[in-house]
Amino acid sequence: MHPFTYTRATDTDTALKGLSGGPAAKLLGGGTNLIDLMKMGVETPSRLVDITRLDLAKVEELPDGKGVRIGALVRNSDLAEHPLIVERYPVLSQALLAGASPQLRNMATTGGNLLQRTRCYYFYDPAFTQCNKRVPGSGCGAVGGYNRIHAILGQSEACIATHPSDMCVAMAALDAVVRVQGPKGEREIPFAEFHRLPGEHPEHETNLQPDEIITAVDLPAAPWAKTSHYLKVRDRASYAFALVSVAAALEVVDGKIKTARVALGGVAHKPWRSKEAEETLVGEQPGEAIFKTAAGAALKHAKGYKYNEFKIELAKRSVVRALTNVTAA
Amino acid sequence: MPHEHEHPSPDDDLIPDDVQSLEDSPHFSRRDFITGTSAVSAGLLASQWFSPIARTLAADDPAAVGANGLPTGAETMALKLRINGAEQSLEIDPRVTLLDALRERLNLTGTKKGCDHGQCGSCTVLVNGRRVNACLTLALTCEGEEITTIEGLARGDELHPVQAAFIKHDGFQCGYCTPGQICSAVACIKEGHAKDDAQIREWMSGNICRCGAYNGIVNAIKEARDHQVA
Repeated sequence: MHPFTYTRATDTDTALKGLSGGPAAKLLGGGTNLIDLMKMGVETPSRLVDITRLDLAKVEELPDGKGVRIGALVRNSDLAEHPLIVERYPVLSQALLAGASPQLRNMATTGGNLLQRTRCYYFYDPAFTQCNKRVPGSGCGAVGGYNRIHAILGQSEACIATHPSDMCVAMAALDAVVRVQGPKGEREIPFAEFHRLPGEHPEHETNLQPDEIITAVDLPAAPWAKTSHYLKVRDRASYAFALVSVAAALEVVDGKIKTARVALGGVAHKPWRSKEAEETLVGEQPGEAIFKTAAGAALKHAKGYKYNEFKIELAKRSVVRALTNVTAA
Repeated sequence: MPHEHEHPSPDDDLIPDDVQSLEDSPHFSRRDFITGTSAVSAGLLASQWFSPIARTLAADDPAAVGANGLPTGAETMALKLRINGAEQSLEIDPRVTLLDALRERLNLTGTKKGCDHGQCGSCTVLVNGRRVNACLTLALTCEGEEITTIEGLARGDELHPVQAAFIKHDGFQCGYCTPGQICSAVACIKEGHAKDDAQIREWMSGNICRCGAYNGIVNAIKEARDHQVA
C-alpha cells in the first residue's frame, strides 16, 4: 500500500476542504472497496479523509410525504432493516441483503456503495497491463480475454466492465436522487445520470466531481414500490457478485399494469434501467407472455462475448422470473 | 462480551487426554514454535529463493513491506484502542489495518488473516458489538470504539456459550476460520438472524470454512442460541 496521510473530518465542510487538494485525496467511508483497492495498488491516494464521524447516518422521512432521505453514511445493514425501507421499498431492502456478507454490510455505506468500482479482473489486478479504466489508453484486456462476468449492454470497445452494486440497481428502479455538496453548494443528480456508460473514457465512472461529496440519497414517494422484488443470480447461493440481477416493481389496477419498473444489474457499466421493458408492460394484463415480451425488449440490443453470451438468455429469464415473483407477492 | 447464562460443558464430549491438554495449556505458544522453526527453515532456504523474492518486492515497491512485516515509509500516528475492555496505546503507520494492529502489534493472534481482502471472514471481530472484517478496517478509524476479539469472549476460564457449543458440535476441523466463525456467530445470534438452519447459513455466509465444518457450525449456533434465550 502506498503511503498516505490520514485525517478525520468533523463535518461536511472539513471533508470538502480535505478534498480540495486535488485527486490525490480520497474520502474514506466503510472502506470495503477502497482499502482493498489500495492493497491491490489500484487506488493510490496520498491523503485519506475519514468521513465516518460525519452526521450523515440517518434515515428520515421527507416532509409532505415526499419520500425518504438516506444519509450517505447509513450502513448497508442498517438501511436493509430500516422499517421505512422494508415497508415502502422492499426491493431496496432485498437488494442490500443480497449483497456482500453481514460483516461487509455492517461496514459499507450508502455513499460508498454508489462509488463502488468494477470487479473486472483486468481492472482489479495491476499485473494485467491492459485496462483503459485503470490506465487510460492501455487497451481492454477483457474484450479478447476471459469475459464471463462482463457487460452485455451499453458497453464500448474501450471497456466491457460491469457495475457491481446490488443496492444501485434497486435505486435505479426507484428513481432515486443523489444529493451532493461541493465548493459551490449543493446539487441533485437524478440516479440515471449519476453513473456513466464507458464510451471512450471508462476512467470516468460517475458524474460526481472530484471536489464533491455525496451527502444523501432521496427516494421519492412510490406507492407502487410496495409490490417490488430483487432477484439476484450468481455462482453460489450467497456472498457473490451478481451474474445478472433484476429489480422489478409492478402496480396493477383493474387487472392492468399501471406502473412498471425494470432495472438490471451485472449487465452493464451502470445499473441498467430498461424503459423499453417498462413501456412494453404498461397497460397490459400481467402474465408470462407479456413478461417474456418485455424481457425481449430489455435485451434487444444485448451483445455477448466469448464467455458471457449465456448472460443474454439468463437476463431474459431473470426478468420474467422477477416480474412473476412480484405478481405472486 | 458479557453473557449471563449457563452454557453447555465441553468436558462431556472430550476424551480425558484432551481435557488434560486444555488444562495444561503451556505458556510456550504455537506462534513461538512456528517462529522458531521457520527461522531455521528460512535460513536453509534463503540462498535458494527467499531472498531473491524479497529483493524483487523491495525493488518494485520500496514502501510495501518493512522488516517487521508491516508497511513502512509513512509517518506514524498515535492511537488509543479499546480492545477487550483494556486500553492500548499504539504509534502506527496509517496504513495498518485493525487486523495487523491486533496480530503484529498487540500479540492478539487469535484473530486470523485468511484472504486479507474481505472475502473469507477469518478476521471477523466485533466493533461496538457489530461484526466487521478487520482486514479492511484501518486501525485509526477505530479510535474510541469498543473492540472485541476472540480473546475477549470468554470470562476467565469460562468459555462463551458459542465457544463451548463449537467444541461440543465439532464446529471446526483445522480451526483456522474458527475465531472468525465464533465472533460472527456471536453477532449473528445477537442480531436475531439465527432462527433456523437456512437463516443461519445465509447470515453466516461471510465466513468461509475450507474444511467444510458447516453442519457442526450450524448445530453449534442453534445450541448457543437456545442457551442464550433460555
